[in-house]
Amino acid sequence: MKHSFLDQYSEGNSLIHRLDPRTKLITTLFFILVVVLTPVSRWQAFVLYFALVATLIIISRVPVLYVLRRSLVIIPFVVLIAIFIPFFKEGEVAGSYNIWVWELTVTHSGIQVFLNILAKAWLSILSLILLTATTRFSHLLKGMEQLRLPRVMVMILSFMYRYIFVLVDEVMRMKQARDSRNLGGGRLRQIRTVGNMIGTLFIRSYERGERVYAAMMARGFDGQTRTLENPAFGQRDFLFALTLGLVLVSAVVLNLWYL
Amino acid sequence: MTEIIKVDNLSFGYPDGQPALSGVSLAVHRGETIALIGPNGAGKSTLLLHFNGILHSDGAVRVLGKAINDKNLKWVRGKVGLVFQNPDDQLFSPTVFEDVAFGPLNMGYDEAQVREVVAKALEWVGMGGYEKRSPHHLSLGEKKRIAIATVLAMNPEVLVIDEPTSNLDPGSKWSLIELLKGLEITKVVASHDLELVEALCPRAIILDGGEVIADGDTSQILADERLLAAHGLARHRPVG
Repeated sequence: MKHSFLDQYSEGNSLIHRLDPRTKLITTLFFILVVVLTPVSRWQAFVLYFALVATLIIISRVPVLYVLRRSLVIIPFVVLIAIFIPFFKEGEVAGSYNIWVWELTVTHSGIQVFLNILAKAWLSILSLILLTATTRFSHLLKGMEQLRLPRVMVMILSFMYRYIFVLVDEVMRMKQARDSRNLGGGRLRQIRTVGNMIGTLFIRSYERGERVYAAMMARGFDGQTRTLENPAFGQRDFLFALTLGLVLVSAVVLNLWYL
Repeated sequence: MTEIIKVDNLSFGYPDGQPALSGVSLAVHRGETIALIGPNGAGKSTLLLHFNGILHSDGAVRVLGKAINDKNLKWVRGKVGLVFQNPDDQLFSPTVFEDVAFGPLNMGYDEAQVREVVAKALEWVGMGGYEKRSPHHLSLGEKKRIAIATVLAMNPEVLVIDEPTSNLDPGSKWSLIELLKGLEITKVVASHDLELVEALCPRAIILDGGEVIADGDTSQILADERLLAAHGLARHRPVG
């Protein structure tokens, strides 16, 4: 079984693909920071950010539909966190409803804050999808390492990337085995089966961890991770980072003083 | 002949009290290819884990004349290259290159050396050009070859392999056997695949219940049907 949904378009050869992973990591984080720090009322700025990220996606030649589909992942999280804001925010009332014994009021500023959170989250996820879709995961890890992210964190991410597919396969096999023997039974029984599967998966992962560690020790691992240093920052990276940085800084400046 | 690994009266029990090895003695000489055969649960893998000090042996295992202790562990692991049965345990890096480079980097090689030995090891196992691939995108046969390369890259004195042909289809199996035959290095192969043993190893050791049952010429051992049958290795359906 094969899975590569994490970085399936990372083999492309656009300007964005060829950038150093460090450039992309830093500019993405900077972009998200600027987006998040933009005041609620500056909707013009969001249009600008969207235009920016859309341009980059088009340059990268990652299928737009793929980006849009994956970006929907964020919606449930945002809704879960922010759904109550329109009801609790004070301000001009947009509507009032009586549901059984509760009286619910929705305010204009509440809706505005909600939409704002949604827009910010969506723009951030778009930029992150662009980052992960145009960079091989192994390069991303390398970039994080070169940016002096703690080694332990990089290693955890690296193991996650390596074993997530192995675990997905394991779950799929367990599900197939369960379905082959599953001849009905009550809901409670089904839930118990799922519980057992989760437990089994945990134990198997734990044991696999021990075997992987033994395999690492067998090749001289002594708790210290070593890697080869890699290529330096190119002129292209510098230009890209500079351009994007300037665009974002001017957006911030416009927001604060001009609009 | 130089003794690369010497095991002298090794006994081992797992923490839960279950005995795994009792009084095992054997020697591996330079240039030999030895099969370690025995039924499931005979203690083969446990014995292999003693060869490079992952399981402690209190001096019962000597590598190139030196008893394994905490101080020479790293040296031992450079000399005894252990390939695990499941390549998904052995290959844990995001790319093939990083996996093969892992051992040499731990051995303290510099960048140029690492690149050289990685390229050479991948070439040996016929996997040149796979450096940038992710292990999870490879077939089992390819993973097995790369698992062997990860150990060859450390330039060990002896290659110790656990079940190299398990789960392989016949085509991949025979091409792996040919590959192992072509590697000019001392080898210890744990397996219950008797076709592999016959084709690759002149000497065989039968291990059962944690004890050495027989140690000698492969053709003689494999010809003794009663001995094989007594230890779960019979090749034909039992008669009667």
